[in-house]
Amino acid sequence: PDLIAKANGLHGFMNWRRALLTDSGGFQMVSLVELAEVTEEGVRFSSPYNGEEILLSPEKSIEIQNALGSDIMMQLDDVVSSTVTGPRVEEAMYRSIRWLDRCIAANKNPEKQNLFAIIQGGLDAELRKKCLKEMIKRDIPGFAIGGLSGGEEKDHFWRMVLLSTEYLPREKPRYLMGVGYATDLVVCVALGCDMFDCVFPTRTARFGSALVPWGSLQLKHRQYAKDFKPIDEECTCPTCKRYTRAYLHALFKSDTAALHHITIHNIAYQLNLMSSIRESIQQRRFPEFIQQFMKRMYGSADKYPRWAVDALSAVNVKLE
Amino acid sequence: MKLILSSVVNGCRHGKLIEVGRKGSKSLDIPGCLLYTRTGTAPHLTHDTLSLIEGVPEPVHLTLSTLAEHQEVLEEYKEGIGKFIGMPDSLIYCSVNDPASPCPSGYNTNKTVSVWGGGGRIELTLSKFMAIQQAFKPDWYHCMADGEPLPPRSSRKRINKSVDRTLGFLDECLKVHQNSEVLKNAEIIGVIEGGDILEERLRSARETMKRPVGGFLLDGLQGESMTDDLKLDLISSVTGELPVDKPRLIHGIGKPDEVLECVSRGVDLFEGFFPYQVTEQGKALSFNFKYKVDPEAEEEKSLAVPLHQIQGQQLSSTCTSVTHEQCEKNHIFAMLHRNGSGDNDVGSKTSDCDGKVKAFSIDLKNEQFRDDFSPLVEGCPCYCCKNHTRAYLYHLLLTNELLAGVLLMIHNLHHYFAFFQSIRDALKDGCLKDLKELIAKQKV
Repeated sequence: PDLIAKANGLHGFMNWRRALLTDSGGFQMVSLVELAEVTEEGVRFSSPYNGEEILLSPEKSIEIQNALGSDIMMQLDDVVSSTVTGPRVEEAMYRSIRWLDRCIAANKNPEKQNLFAIIQGGLDAELRKKCLKEMIKRDIPGFAIGGLSGGEEKDHFWRMVLLSTEYLPREKPRYLMGVGYATDLVVCVALGCDMFDCVFPTRTARFGSALVPWGSLQLKHRQYAKDFKPIDEECTCPTCKRYTRAYLHALFKSDTAALHHITIHNIAYQLNLMSSIRESIQQRRFPEFIQQFMKRMYGSADKYPRWAVDALSAVNVKLE
Repeated sequence: MKLILSSVVNGCRHGKLIEVGRKGSKSLDIPGCLLYTRTGTAPHLTHDTLSLIEGVPEPVHLTLSTLAEHQEVLEEYKEGIGKFIGMPDSLIYCSVNDPASPCPSGYNTNKTVSVWGGGGRIELTLSKFMAIQQAFKPDWYHCMADGEPLPPRSSRKRINKSVDRTLGFLDECLKVHQNSEVLKNAEIIGVIEGGDILEERLRSARETMKRPVGGFLLDGLQGESMTDDLKLDLISSVTGELPVDKPRLIHGIGKPDEVLECVSRGVDLFEGFFPYQVTEQGKALSFNFKYKVDPEAEEEKSLAVPLHQIQGQQLSSTCTSVTHEQCEKNHIFAMLHRNGSGDNDVGSKTSDCDGKVKAFSIDLKNEQFRDDFSPLVEGCPCYCCKNHTRAYLYHLLLTNELLAGVLLMIHNLHHYFAFFQSIRDALKDGCLKDLKELIAKQKV
């Protein structure tokens, strides 16, 4: 943080003039659960390299995020994996509320940096409701829906998302963390979410997987060696305008440029998807858009994922 | 194509190749270098990031090492390698071996030459070689050649064979070339072999000259098989034999000092793999090639005399007595003096904490750069130096981010191409000697 402060914040260090959102380090409680010990004070992580311990408390997390100078910061929440059940979930939910208050108090820069709360409560509707009711009492600029997108059943996932969006104030942004796949994005917008984040499009690009409206292409596979079409004939990204699937297949084993080409395409795909969603909402034909999207992605109604059909139905979008 | 020489001074040629390429529409300046590619891409760079670089040379250099395994694909594609790799309008030069990958020897035969691709060894017969060229449709390609690195003091017989085989291959390539509709407007480059034996080199040159080739490649000089002096003498002798109106290419030479030595000995075109090698080591090219002394910068220097004195003291201290802070200061002072004035003893040397001077580049993985917020090279107009800092590159390298390779490649290519421009400028100004001295001082 000292180094970044010297560099004029993260924007200066990276030379990025647009918005930046930083996470609090909370997710690592799940991803690095073996190396983490959670107490009321904070999370203690031990380094697998040299055994060194660091304590990440709400205060410390906010201190770091203040130094980074990000435009949106996340509270430090007590995160448990969505597959965990029992009293730990309740403990984490209440603690997240207490930690939210500590984060709010620790924020030295509320004018320039927007601190978001993160709703917890696992897959338990009652716990979620309690969390929602408490957190919306605090005066914060935005809310994230957390503790989901961790491998739980999709059927439980969408119900928790919908529950959260029903309680969250309409005039503040709803940020669903860790989502994701194209279908999930479309459905969750219908359920009332505004913002999303996911490593998926770029990570999968680095593994040679290109996203298309009907699924994805595994460009590493031999079937693409002589396929002289672009990834998507209708895509206008720089990759699709210049390179064939065959070339990307050939390049993949040889140079990192292939990863860049596919990454660019996948990001273009995501941005285009979201912009189409926005446009269709503005033109009051979002349900039709959803219908077209699902048809393109899955082909026929019998292939539509059950959870998506149910979720959409719950918000009055009936798929044919 | 035509070669127009604007000057030849002491064997150094300066000029332009015009009416180049299958459409006869391209031109390039010599001395110059090629755009090095692997599997048809400038390493780490997409088309858009490549276009951020100023001075990208015309000829795109492809190698069979990185592409021969895709012969079938190109045969089915039918539209040529240029379009396949996303460079449909570029001048394509196709060589055999990748300069940045080791090439085991002992596999060439009287009828075949081997390359090592991603999938292992590929044995090329003449007909396979020409089939590839016809599927690729390059603008230039060199004939099949027996140029595998020979161990030092190889037998005369072996070297003699490399010359004979190569001439034989050239003649057979020409036969196919001249009957090929598809290669009608392409140029074959003749390859000069001969190991470390002068008579064989001259024989190879004289015989190759008799054939209708578009230019000449001095081959077999890569690697450690002979002393530098011998290498340079052979180069001189060979270029001395060659006609002046055709370009001379060389493979395997990339370091700035070596490039200048070859320019002085009549070589026109060089491969561009050196910036790539530097990038892969996490280093940035930083050598000064501004041989002109800039009067404004001179004044700046004289104002900074006290710093200069301190600098002198610090440079002479040994590593162990220099604290990290002192190292940082060394660095900042060095930066202040790097004003492109051709000042050598301070500006162009970068000390790392070892107190040792590294040739031509700075190692950005070194902790001294952790909080160095200056650009890679002060005054460099490349995208990387205009937008990012050494500290950021240090961070990217530490965290193993792909972006490090992209940014370094952009800077290193820019720097290298600008170096070649300085060679051309120096030749025009009659100052090659100054440039040579400047570069020589920066060598370890």
